[in-house]
Amino acid sequence: MKQLIKLEINGRVYDVPVSPRDVLADVIRKKVGLTGTKKGCGMGDCGACTVLVEGKPILSCITLAITCNGKKITTVEGLALPDGQMHPIQEAFVNQGAIQCGFCTPGMLMSAKGLLARNPKPSLYDIKHEMSGNICRCTGFKRIIEAIEVASETMSEGVK
Amino acid sequence: MGAWDQRENYVREGKPSYLDERRFTQVGRSVPRIDGPAKAKGESIYTADMVLPNMVYGKIKRCKEYAHAKIKKIDCSKALALPGVLAVLTGDEAPNKWGIVPASANETALAVDKVRFYGEGVAAVAAIDEETAEAACDLIEVEYEPLPVLLDPFESMARASEVIIHENAPDNIMHKGDQIYGDVDKAFEKCEYILEREFKTGRPQQCYIEPMSAVASYDTQNGLLRLWASSQVPHYLHRQMSIVLEMPMSKIRVTLPTVGGGFGGKGEAASSEFVACLLSRKLGMPVKVTYDRDEVFFTSKGRHPCYMKWKIGLDKDGYIQAVDFDNTLDKGAYAGWGVVVMFYTASMVHLPYKVPNARTHVRNVYTNKPTTGAMRGLGGVQPRFAMECMLDELAEMMGISPYELKMKNAIESGYTAINNMYTPHTEYKKCLQTAVEKSGYLEKHGKLPFGKGIGLAGGYYITGTAYTLYQSYKPHTSVTIKVDTEGGVTVLCAAAEIGQGCNTVMAQMAAEALGVHYEDVHVQTGDTEIGSFDLGSFASRLTYGSGYAIREAAKEINEKLKAMAGGVLGCRADQLIIKDRKIYSMFEPKFTIDWATVVQKYVNSVGALIATGHFSPPRRKGIDIITGNRVQGANIGHSPTFGFSCQVHEVDVDVETGRVYVKKVTEAGDCGTAVNPMSVDGQVEGSIVFNMGAALYEEMKFDANGKHLNPNFHDYKCPTFMEMPDMDTNIVESYDPTAPFGVKETGEGAVQPTFPAITNAIYDAIGVRFYEVPITPEMILKALKEKKEKEAGCGCGCS
Repeated sequence: MKQLIKLEINGRVYDVPVSPRDVLADVIRKKVGLTGTKKGCGMGDCGACTVLVEGKPILSCITLAITCNGKKITTVEGLALPDGQMHPIQEAFVNQGAIQCGFCTPGMLMSAKGLLARNPKPSLYDIKHEMSGNICRCTGFKRIIEAIEVASETMSEGVK
Repeated sequence: MGAWDQRENYVREGKPSYLDERRFTQVGRSVPRIDGPAKAKGESIYTADMVLPNMVYGKIKRCKEYAHAKIKKIDCSKALALPGVLAVLTGDEAPNKWGIVPASANETALAVDKVRFYGEGVAAVAAIDEETAEAACDLIEVEYEPLPVLLDPFESMARASEVIIHENAPDNIMHKGDQIYGDVDKAFEKCEYILEREFKTGRPQQCYIEPMSAVASYDTQNGLLRLWASSQVPHYLHRQMSIVLEMPMSKIRVTLPTVGGGFGGKGEAASSEFVACLLSRKLGMPVKVTYDRDEVFFTSKGRHPCYMKWKIGLDKDGYIQAVDFDNTLDKGAYAGWGVVVMFYTASMVHLPYKVPNARTHVRNVYTNKPTTGAMRGLGGVQPRFAMECMLDELAEMMGISPYELKMKNAIESGYTAINNMYTPHTEYKKCLQTAVEKSGYLEKHGKLPFGKGIGLAGGYYITGTAYTLYQSYKPHTSVTIKVDTEGGVTVLCAAAEIGQGCNTVMAQMAAEALGVHYEDVHVQTGDTEIGSFDLGSFASRLTYGSGYAIREAAKEINEKLKAMAGGVLGCRADQLIIKDRKIYSMFEPKFTIDWATVVQKYVNSVGALIATGHFSPPRRKGIDIITGNRVQGANIGHSPTFGFSCQVHEVDVDVETGRVYVKKVTEAGDCGTAVNPMSVDGQVEGSIVFNMGAALYEEMKFDANGKHLNPNFHDYKCPTFMEMPDMDTNIVESYDPTAPFGVKETGEGAVQPTFPAITNAIYDAIGVRFYEVPITPEMILKALKEKKEKEAGCGCGCS
């Protein structure tokens, strides 16, 4: 019944036994033990479970783990820089007041990371449009947008 | 540097800075929240993230067949036989009734004898994993005898002789009450302008993103129970657990891990918490119960739909003379916060305008729908919607601007309402003025092209309540401050950080009071064993309550440190000031010593430095000394102080699709001293989008049998980034001299003006007034069609 799959999560390879119906969010949270990834709805509506698979944001609560065999996955725990410093996106979220209860934050961060990787200088519309799969109930979104704008600035400065 | 530093008038002339209580260094700074980095790194542990050794999983079997039925038989034998199943639980094993208001407590951990709403829990299972527990729930066989389903409060009252929902409510009314102040009928006789309207509000839910979760661990050897839960009221949860489990509170310890939002929905105990505890006690193992989103929709107690009849009268000059308000609330299946919410709707009539005569008739009616309860701005949002829309309409009748009418009637500091509600301080007029000026309301109102509109509304909310929900005279908040050479400053309080930022604000206030820096303070909240007593996070009470207690505790610590420092420095203790980690003489700057040095000397020579401060809110109602009668309305509505705000919304109405787009919101709020201005802005922005959702999109829908049709985020539409308006939030200069550090609330006041501001803006855009929320595209299109037909005439010549 169970099958052993290989997941490379945040640069570390995990061999995990999964059943075909196991979703990636549960495997990451329960079997691998990385609980930073959150489950808010279990139906792909709220975006709290967003992780990067091969650099692209996906909804891990509606993705079968078995389809990710051999793939590279980044979760919120893998966002920090190698020296443990926060990634500019994380830092901007903290400093701009983009975090309140924090439950949507991991998904927001991963969606933002995916967005800035594809589009390093997103317009306001780009941010709103691309982030619209992530629901936040505390902040009213404004400070999350500001944080993404600040992160975009900081990251492009880093490139120079 | 925070916004505070730019406020020049807070540096008050002619008074040395060290004597100026309003000149803060820690309060008023927009510091990032202290739990921010852990949350950003995914390191914060929420309840559902917890794993204890030997932990098993619980699931609740829910009634998905009926919304109202007798339970004839529950057969758990097949579930118990499933490999991996460890225990089952049914309602009759824990029949004690719980409820946050003791007089109306009528819920049980799981349904006993009958189910009263679709999705109610009837049994529970503990198993080695969630999948097995879920499979076992499907194997539990329940035999029901269906009963007639009552979904509408008026039908519920009308058919009470035929079917009742609770035995002790033969008319299906949970509670009702009248409050009459002044002579309303006589006052109406003298009114020049009288408006009568009916309003209806929808049924939104809190929709915090973290579903409820509970982990319980019962120690069979010593009889101690630990509960970790996503709650905003650890104390009330603790109390309810003691009642249902028949265990003394001293044997139960409630701890909050990180909590992912509440907005009132976690302001009561939840079945998940009882079931986890009961199963853990049965098994002697830790048990975790985490809800799926549909379970949250079934059980989280959303906002009461209100069916309101209003009559407001103004004299010829536009001063409000009388308000007559009749409210029927849809209670859903169980009492919960019902009596409190109901009387709040009555109290909300009395502010922020002067109302010399008021009469309210309110009743809260049981129906076979999920229970309604406390939701952000409870009891205020519905009457505020009606009053602010009616004042808009009355202004039009008078031919003046709504702004002018609201300014004319707005209260001032020191106002005592006819129901004895007392407002020590208000900047409400400044809120109205700021929002109107910054938005250009007067230049735009009535002058925008068809389809574009601007609307104004004000509001207020309590800053904590005057009473506990059960008979008790103890302080509502106690804070213990511990200062030592190892931990530095630690603030201990059993308050609930649910995301609103109380830990950060408490650290800032404690730092201010102790003369140290915000970074020096550790805050320990959310634990009934470690923290000093606190009622919980609701009623926007915590900044004020904890601020008061912090100031009291800090005073005691400061006195001890000053005595020690005075001895060391060779000067009088009462001439010493503590600020910026230094203790110094206010007259001789040479007498200065580091705060940490004095702490060390104190600890070395005397020992631990610990003090506890308390906060008891002032009471305004009770027994009338002269008549000996109990004052009407008992305890609801009174607060140590009130927060005020005003919003101006600008909308675009798409006349083709009926969609309303909120384009821009200009807000101005009086939250007293903004302890953390960034956090205040965050609360306000969140509030605006939160209630914009309930004004335009959010509605829990039920079919004719009471089946919940949209218990998921796919069909229940919350606002997303795309709907977010441009927001300009403004903190008006304010300082309540009666409040600790001058603070008031902002977490719930800012939701109050949103419904009416949007509704008034839609009227300005298309000339149609709506008296019901949510205002859906269908409603807009229908109204536009009717308007067009009316304008064109119906062809009979009546035009």
